[in-house]
Formats: sequence, structure tokens, C-alpha cells
Amino acid sequence: MSTNGKNNTGNEVLLEMRGLWIEGQVEDDWQEIVKGIDVTLRRGEVLGLIGESGAGKSTIGLAAMAFARPGCRISGGTIVFDGVDLMAASEYKKRSVRGVRIAYVAQSAAAAFNPAHQLIDQFVESPVQHGIKSRSVAEADAKDLYKQLLLPDPDNIGYRYPHQVSGGQLQRAMTAMAMACQPDLIVFDEPTTALDVTTQIEVLATIRDIVDQFNTGAIYITHDLAVVAQMADRIMVLRYGELVEEADTRTIMSDPRADYTKTLWAVRSFRKTAAQQQDPTPLVTVDHVTAAYGDIPVLHDISFEIHAGLTVAVVGESGSGKSTAARVITGLLPPKEGRVLFRDEELPGNYWKRSKDQLRHAQMIYQMPDTAINPRQRIRDIIGRPLTFYLGLRGKELDQRIRALLEMIELDPSQFIERYPAELSGGQKQRICIARALAAEPDFIICDEVTSALDQLVAEEILKLLDRLQQELNLGYMFITHDLATVRAIADEVVVMLQGEIVEQGSKDEIFTPPHHEYTELLLSSVPEMDPDWLDRVLQQRKEKDVKASAQMS
Amino acid sequence: MRPIFTIVAQRLALGLLVLFAVSLIIFLGVELLPGDLAEEILGQAATPETVAAMRKELGLDLPPYIRYFEWLGGMVQGDFGTSLASQREISELIGVRLGNTLFLAGLAAAIAVPVAVTLGVLAALYRNSLYDRAVNIFTLTSISFPEFFIAYILILFLSVNAGWFPSLSNVTVETPLWERIYRCMLPALTLTLVVTAHMMRMTRASIINLLSSPYIEMANLKGLKRSHIIVRHALPNAWAPIVNVIVINLAYLIVGVVVVEVVFVYPGLGQLIVDSVQKRDLPVVQACSLIFAATYILLNLTADILSIVTNPRLLHPR
Repeated sequence: MSTNGKNNTGNEVLLEMRGLWIEGQVEDDWQEIVKGIDVTLRRGEVLGLIGESGAGKSTIGLAAMAFARPGCRISGGTIVFDGVDLMAASEYKKRSVRGVRIAYVAQSAAAAFNPAHQLIDQFVESPVQHGIKSRSVAEADAKDLYKQLLLPDPDNIGYRYPHQVSGGQLQRAMTAMAMACQPDLIVFDEPTTALDVTTQIEVLATIRDIVDQFNTGAIYITHDLAVVAQMADRIMVLRYGELVEEADTRTIMSDPRADYTKTLWAVRSFRKTAAQQQDPTPLVTVDHVTAAYGDIPVLHDISFEIHAGLTVAVVGESGSGKSTAARVITGLLPPKEGRVLFRDEELPGNYWKRSKDQLRHAQMIYQMPDTAINPRQRIRDIIGRPLTFYLGLRGKELDQRIRALLEMIELDPSQFIERYPAELSGGQKQRICIARALAAEPDFIICDEVTSALDQLVAEEILKLLDRLQQELNLGYMFITHDLATVRAIADEVVVMLQGEIVEQGSKDEIFTPPHHEYTELLLSSVPEMDPDWLDRVLQQRKEKDVKASAQMS
Repeated sequence: MRPIFTIVAQRLALGLLVLFAVSLIIFLGVELLPGDLAEEILGQAATPETVAAMRKELGLDLPPYIRYFEWLGGMVQGDFGTSLASQREISELIGVRLGNTLFLAGLAAAIAVPVAVTLGVLAALYRNSLYDRAVNIFTLTSISFPEFFIAYILILFLSVNAGWFPSLSNVTVETPLWERIYRCMLPALTLTLVVTAHMMRMTRASIINLLSSPYIEMANLKGLKRSHIIVRHALPNAWAPIVNVIVINLAYLIVGVVVVEVVFVYPGLGQLIVDSVQKRDLPVVQACSLIFAATYILLNLTADILSIVTNPRLLHPR
């Protein structure tokens, strides 16, 4: 395909939304989520919608199908699709467009596929129910598309249930499903956000191929700039339901005009100040640990060290054993073999055999602040609990300490101490989780994907906060992440994991400078870059490498 | 299929264990009652000597644990002992009665389950409409009245005024099937009215619960009909809670029909237990209680198994 499909963009307007207003219900009030947006999409064009959560991107994407989620309503504007005014159309008319002429690809394929039916049954549903194709024709189509999307065993994979195939395969199966009626427009709503980078690049490539081949128009929604740069011909930057900036991809990437766009672009620039190793005794030593869930082995002979004041980033795809390593360190999963040392003193494998003091030294911060704090407790109680439990603080002393901790995480105590988690934003909740971890006065904190659920700007604030706290308190961090940009930002040392084994470990500079281990190379080369030509280049390189490899084989 | 087989086997074993515990509780409960069988039989004629002789004859002088295992052993072989009141074999007495109760419960279930599920699906489909509210109010009203009241209302309107159905449901072994259904109609309708509300509301709630899930949104975005979405996408995933409520109500139909059977003078197990309690016919009470317990356990087991079988993750492992 030519870069970003510019050559096959016709001039015929496919979708035109004018002055689109959408409201969402908040208790008894209707609040505006989308405020007078205009969207024009030509046949075969790919439009990127980008912004943080709450920017209204998904809502706009769904509005292209004249659909509003429960609790939302389209309150104003016109939506004209291929000459048909969808706002004025009957419910029957709208249904006949959905799935047939406009299709949708959701963020989480695992959730968007019905667990009770086989993939192919869900594929043929649109064509058969709309009376476009017979079941047998639709099934043949499905197998063709599965083949084009490089799904393994395309003739039979359709007869599997959603839980029987992997996440990346499921996402491709959903893209195939969207193509079932050869629609004119597909709305991609964060289709690769839930995937590992190595899987993401494959899905991105297939999506682009398919869009190109059928000359399908697309709205591509994402919060990841580097991804949208690969996919879109034109980009709209949104914030609080309003348009910030709109331009074609190359222009906006090289020359962003609005201040907000510039801050988005600059987000990945944070680098922590390089720390020096001061103490020769490691804080935590993981010594030849092997662990399993029941009979299923998860970790194979893992060894690494974490020093005070330094950050060890543990990277790998989902299922590589990163979080399991953390569970072994905290004693939630006793190892089968090997041991965990804290300052050269062996820790009991099971957490309930550890002393309160041993427990206090290692604290955790989790990926989902929403589920990691009790929604029915006030901030005072959430942070106060470890203070009472570990340090025995009560009364006035307790109150002072809670306030001091809130100041440490840059939240105003008088404002926040009596609030409930529901009254806080995602970033603020994560700060509360950090304060709770700090309350125990630990030497060592495990951060398990702490920024993955946050918007990039917010994530960067959290990283800066963690960095500052590390310098002030000389904390050791084990930073679990799948995001290599985060690794670049905060790591001193890097441990790369694959299928329960450590494939490479060393200082950040060593890991990020060639030569790499083969898997590290794959991981690094799969991280999208801001350059709009990145995807083409990487795919080209990989193809050449394959050709070379097969040439050597023969 | 192996995991399913293991799970079912586990549940079965657990069910047996529970049944064993229940039998122990029943036996101990009866044991704790003041007076025993011998005194009961002799009544006025009880002197210490006659009581001792009678105890010996009935085997009551043996220690409790031996009697328990004898009783349990008899039960397992289908020997329920002898009734005090009629001196007949209890198994014979219960056999016909149990059949009648199961027939009535089956009839009521055959009407109530399809009606409740259909009403529930429709209520979910037309959520917050006039229909939804009407169905909710009607079923709630019927569940709120005591069952004997509903029974009398039905007798008044359908039997006394309209004359469609008999007000007494006296059936015998010889009664032909259609005649049987006809005579059982009023008690069956009463039971239907009592159990429908529960099942219908659970069906409605579990479907509505699923309507916000991403795959339902996906189905909407495929432009599918609302009825198709509910029946094909929501219902299969809502089965587990629905089946559980249905089965608990089935158990109620068998175990809880005492009042209804008495009102309609229906020769079922409920009648028998009421009569036996009045006559202090303890062996019969014991046997009936154990049958009721077994029914409950068996039906709950069925519910468990059905909700496992309707779960594709367990039915089609990786």
C-alpha cells in the first residue's frame, strides 16, 4: 500500500456530521459531552480521532452510526451518511445501515464477542439477519477473510468459541466480522489498546491492508499518537468534546499548532535523573526462583536484584510472568524452588509467615486504582489504615501523618482528606494508592503497570511523582510494565521476560543499545514511533529479514 | 468434556454428603422429642413394664447410633419402616402420595416456567413500558397474598361462579391422565400464581443486567433486531441465575405445597405429612422429611449442573 492510503482517497463525501451535540446523563442532569463537532469523511479515507479519556472520541465514533450509548443522547446536529440523513431516519432504517454499510470494531474483542456463540456464528449474523447473503455464502466469506487476516487454520478457527483463541487473534476475527457485509465505513474504537506491542503491530498491519484493499473509509479512535500516525490520512485532536486541531497526518505530526497538541506530542520526553548505586547490598534479591500455579509452571529459574534508590523495570508481554514475579516477592505465591532475600536476609516464602516488619518493607501499587481502593472508605481511612496497622499511629498523630502524606503526593489535605474515591479522577486515585504504599514507610515498592490505565499526560505526572519520591526517600522500585516508552522514562535497570524466563537483563543503556537479544529486538522494533512511515519501514525490514533467513535456510 | 464430568461427580458426592448430614439431623431431631414410639403406641395403657416390652419389640432399647444406622440402611434399600397409625409399609403409603405430589408439581411447573420466562423476556424487551409495569404489579400482587387466599379466590371464581373446574382435587391411581389434569387445574394454577413472580423477575433482571455488556452493544451496532438480541445474545448468558431461581421454585412446588394440598384435599405428600404430624406418626414424618430433603438437594444439584453446562467456557475448554 502507498503511505497512509493517500492515493486512493476519492472526493466523494461518505459521511458528514455537522454541529454534532451529544449529552450524557449525570444523575438527573444532562451534561454536554460533545460540543458542536463537524466531521467530514470521504470514501476510502481514514480519519484519526485522538484525545484523552473524556474527550468524546468514542461517542463521536458511535454517532457516525447514529448510535448513542444508554444514558447518552444526540441532542443536535445532522448526520448524513451517503446522502441519507440518519438523524431523521426511522429506527428500522438505522438498523439497516448498521453492520451493513457501517461496521464497528470495539476496543476489547474479548468483551465484544458473545461468549456463548462460535466466532463464525457471530460473523454470519449481520449478512444473514439483514438478508444479504445465505449462511453458506457468508461462511465461505468468513473463511476467506480469516485467511486474508492471517489467522491460523482459517477453515476451522471460526468454529471455536471466543475464549478459545488469543487476544490478538480475536481482534483480527472482529475486524473480519466488521468486513462481513463489505461496509463503506468502519469505526475502529481503540482496536489495539488492549494488546501487547508485538501483537499490536500485526493487527495494525492487517487493519491497514484490509481498509486499503476494499477502499473502506474508517474512523480510527485512539489515545496513542504513534498508532494514529500510522493509520490515519487526517487527524482530529479532541479535548472535552471540542475540536482542538484538525489537519492531515504529516502536517499535524511535524507542525502541531495548538498548545494542547504540542503538550500531547511532547509527552514521552520525560527522563528520570540517572541515579548512582550507593549501597552494595541489594535491597531485594530474587535468587533462582521457580514458581508455578498448581501444575502449570510460570517462572523458570529467575534471578535479579533491586537496589535502594534504583528502579528495575520488568518488561514482557502478558503471560510472561512479570506479575507472578511480584507475587513471589510479596509472598502471595510461595516459590517452588529458590528464595527471596531482603537485605541479605531470607524471607519466608509465604506472606503469613512473614513478620509485620518484613511485610511493611515491601508495598505494592496496582494497575487499576479504581479496584485497588475501597470505594466506601474516605481517603482518611484508606491512608490511615496502614499507619495504624504497621506503625500503631492513632488520634492526632495519625491525622498529622495522613496530611503530611497527602502533601507528599501533591494533593491538598484540607480538600481531599474527607472525600470518597468516587469524587477523584483516575490520576488522583493513583496518587492515593501511592500515598497508601508510602504510609507503611517501605524501602521497596512494586509498581504493577501503574500508568497503563491512565492518560498519557496524567501518566507522566505520576511517573514524575514516583521519581521525586524515589530521590527523597531512597526507595527501590520494581516497575512492571509492557510499555517500553515508560521503561525508557524511568528505568535504571531492565529485565526482559518471555514465557517465564529472563531473556536479557542489564542497565537501561545496555538494553537499549544494540546488539539486542532477538526477543528484545522484536519488542523494541514493535513500539510505534511518531514517524508516519514507521509501520511501512518496520514491515519492510521484517520481510527482508525473513527472505534472508529463508535464503540461508535453503 | 472431562472437566465437566469431574465437576458433576464432585457435586454429586457433595450432595450425598449433605443428604447424610440432613438424615442425621432429622433422626436427632425426632430423638430429642419428648416421649417415644412405644409410649405413643400404648397411649393410656402405658405402664413401665408394657413400655419396656414394646421398646424391646420395636428395637428401641438399642443405643441410638445402632438404630440410626438400621434406619438409614433400611432407607437406602427402600425400606422406610412401618406406619404407626395404619400399620402399613411406609414405602407403600408414600409411593402413591409422592407420585401425586410430583404430578401436581410437574403440572404447575409446565405452566409456570414457560409463562415466567416468556413474561420475563418480554418485560426486559419492553423495559419500563406499560406492559412491564403491569406484569410486575400483577405478579407481585399474586406473590404477596397467602397461597390459601389465592386458592379460595380461584375456587370462588373458576369453580363456584364459572363452574369450569372442580374445587376438590380428589384423584386416585385409576384416574385417567386428562381427567387428572382437569382435576388438578386449580391447585396447579394457584401454585403457578405463587411461583411465577419470582422466576419472571429474575429472568427480567438477569437479562437487563447483561444489556449493558459490550457484546450486546456490538449486537446493536450490527443492526440486529431487539428481540433477536435478547433471545440470542442475552438469554444464553443469563441462564445460570434464571435456572437457579427456577429450580428453587420447583423445589418449593414439591416441598412447599402443604397448604395448597390441604385446601384442595389433594392426596399428596403434604397432606400425608400434616396428617402424620397430627397423629404423631413419627416414622412417616421422618421418611417424608428425608424425601423432601433429598428433593431439595437433587434439584439444587440439577441447577448447579445446568448452570455449568450453559457456560461455554466449561463446556468447550481450550
